[in-house]
Amino acid sequence: MPSTRDIRRRIKSVKNTAQITKAMQMVASAKMRRAQQAALAGRPYANLMNEVLAAATAGAGDFQHPLTERREVRKRALILISTDKGLCGALNTNLLREAAKVPAATTVYIAAGRKGAQWVARLKRELVAEFSYKDTPQFAEARAISKFAQELFLSGQVDAVDVVFTNFINTLTQKPEARQLLPIGRLEKLEADLSGPGSAAELSPSAEAGHLFEPAAPTVLGNLLPHYVNYQLFQFLQEAKASEHSARMVAMKSATDNAKQLIKDLTLEYNKLRQANITKELLEITSAAMAMGN
Amino acid sequence: MATLKLEIVTPEARIYSEEVEMVTLPGVEGEMGIFPMHIPLMTQIAHGEIIARKGGQDHFLAVGEGFAEITGSRVAILTDMAIRADDIDEAKAEEARRQAEARLAQKLGDEEQAMAQASLMHSLTQLNLKRRQKR
Repeated sequence: MPSTRDIRRRIKSVKNTAQITKAMQMVASAKMRRAQQAALAGRPYANLMNEVLAAATAGAGDFQHPLTERREVRKRALILISTDKGLCGALNTNLLREAAKVPAATTVYIAAGRKGAQWVARLKRELVAEFSYKDTPQFAEARAISKFAQELFLSGQVDAVDVVFTNFINTLTQKPEARQLLPIGRLEKLEADLSGPGSAAELSPSAEAGHLFEPAAPTVLGNLLPHYVNYQLFQFLQEAKASEHSARMVAMKSATDNAKQLIKDLTLEYNKLRQANITKELLEITSAAMAMGN
Repeated sequence: MATLKLEIVTPEARIYSEEVEMVTLPGVEGEMGIFPMHIPLMTQIAHGEIIARKGGQDHFLAVGEGFAEITGSRVAILTDMAIRADDIDEAKAEEARRQAEARLAQKLGDEEQAMAQASLMHSLTQLNLKRRQKR
């Protein structure tokens, strides 16, 4: 049976924990708002980019860019976009479960975020590069990762590049997803994923028109396609960040709630114990008085 | 009279989305004027200014590098920077130019070099447009 002092001490320590988790929740929610805004603001650009690219590839005739080349996949690269820190609930666990689905023997890993890198190292799989990205992802960071992946692909070291990241759906829901980055494939699917209803209809008229190119198609597409891949990855980073902060906020909120509940329970127990002690003391005094009175 | 829908989008926001009568673009191979019913065209644009004529009035915008897709009824522009002439803050642009130049003067890696170069071009484009408007 713990003494009242033990319980008091316990309450104090739980209170401290609650304070910390509460502070982390505040920080995460401020960051979350910013990250969500950034992720959502990028979507019109991504949609328009998809439309433009669909039109461009349709109008380019039989021109083939090396980034769209399909080969038999003997070796693939997996870009693993995880978080740097923990304390964000089941986010990384779910993400890594998704990542574990790819056959390990034929895959090399590119990690963005430390948790993913640690996971790859722990399983003794082949890690070819590790990148970091900031709380507000910069386009340059995405470009660095994407450039590395494109070089791997173009030099023939890998035949496909996939990305595993956490897609931001809303504050309470984040879904780990695997997407193919290279070779650049069907655009319709991405279109449907990134936008709500309505934009698919906009896509069709421009996609049908045969476009002139100025300068020539190879030049324009040669610039557009790498930029498209860079941008795609940038959007993934932003989605991942928005997910991370949302998940952390929710995790910290439930931690704070749990701590509060625990404090409540402990206080009740403490008061009960205190009262029992008082009753016991009263009993002792009265019985002593009675013994003296005799 | 037929109109064109001009859409200018950057990764951060949708900057411009309006019906206009004519658009002048800074293409990489020279400036081009686009009227409604233009033949479908795909082109790259360079740093410079876009002039959108709406209701007989010219609106000026400073833009960075990017791509433009033109159809008979729409001009879609994807760029890394776009700002309306009225929104340009000259002091801020001047400050950005100085910073970018200072960074370029240092020895940097390729990636940073490219970034500094880009931000230098952005601020220069904004300054050029703003100064010309004043005259």
